[in-house]
Amino acid sequence: MIRPHRNHPLWFAFIVHRLSGLALVIFLPMHFYVLGMALTNVDQLDSFLQWSNNPVSKAAEFGLVFLLAVHLFGGLRLLVLENFDWRDWQKSLAAASAGLAFVVAGGFLLNVV
Amino acid sequence: MVGANNKPEETDQPEVMIEVSVWRGDAEAGGFRTYHVPSRQSQTVLDIVTYIQRNLDPELTYRFACRVGMCGSCGMTVNGKPRWTCRTHASQVISNGKLTIEPLRNMTKVKDLAVDMTPFFDKWVEAKGAFVPTKTRHDEIEAIKPDSKERRAADAAVECINCGVCYSACDVVAWKPDYLGPAAINRSWTLVNDPRDGAQAERLKVLASDAGCSNCHSHQSCATYCPNLLNPTRSIAGVKRRVMVAALKGEV
Repeated sequence: MIRPHRNHPLWFAFIVHRLSGLALVIFLPMHFYVLGMALTNVDQLDSFLQWSNNPVSKAAEFGLVFLLAVHLFGGLRLLVLENFDWRDWQKSLAAASAGLAFVVAGGFLLNVV
Repeated sequence: MVGANNKPEETDQPEVMIEVSVWRGDAEAGGFRTYHVPSRQSQTVLDIVTYIQRNLDPELTYRFACRVGMCGSCGMTVNGKPRWTCRTHASQVISNGKLTIEPLRNMTKVKDLAVDMTPFFDKWVEAKGAFVPTKTRHDEIEAIKPDSKERRAADAAVECINCGVCYSACDVVAWKPDYLGPAAINRSWTLVNDPRDGAQAERLKVLASDAGCSNCHSHQSCATYCPNLLNPTRSIAGVKRRVMVAALKGEV
């Protein structure tokens, strides 16, 4: 349960950025392992790529693209916050980060369906 | 309705009661005790605590002074959120006729609702929050233009009443107790923008240290809950920029 003092949009923006970063940290070693198959085991890579064409994997890829995009745009938000003059529309920046991430991930999903 | 003597006028209406859970105990142990307090018009959370102490439980310990939002001594955690209780209307925070009142987070409990604020104020000193003059009374008074960028930055941060609400709201303080915290860095930011001050280099070194501004994760809870509507996150972001420039110059 979210503790009451954390119940505001900018804390949610923080936790989304943190959790998406952790999820990407878990994903990247697996990603590089699969990429490495191109050098070490081409047949296994081909069969994995064929298997990954199933709808569940595509849905997971949508989630992955969303995580990447929300972490990218959330990171840009923080760079703006820390390196430029203060803007009072911080909540709008956080909402725009999430919205852009949905647009990017949704675009990916439309492209593969 | 409340009469001139602050007591309810005679009506046929049954008195509306508020169920108030108050944290009782000290640094070692404690728990919630429930009281039933009559609802009043324009009643503040501090009024409720005072009612309990004067009418229901004289051993209840809490801290207050001015009652008008100036002294910063009545900070408490109300329904899980840090607040100044003297300016918080009960009607705005009561949920389903209930209210939970605890001491501020991130400070050691002394007794009941009173916390030890010594580390909070020690950090103001540690963050070089005191003005260091560079002139004597025999020198000309230095002119500070009200519309200069530095003066406006200091103005935006200077009205802090040291209530500890931002410090209590900050998760980074909870995770890393050595962190100077939003209030101390906000105070330092006002002095970083003071061209008359003579301790800028030392102050930036402290702000760049392991306990300094780089700990801030920009949750912005400090700005969300500051009762004076200050924005310590903005001040800390400003300090981060100054520290970055100083680091590039090799000054910190």
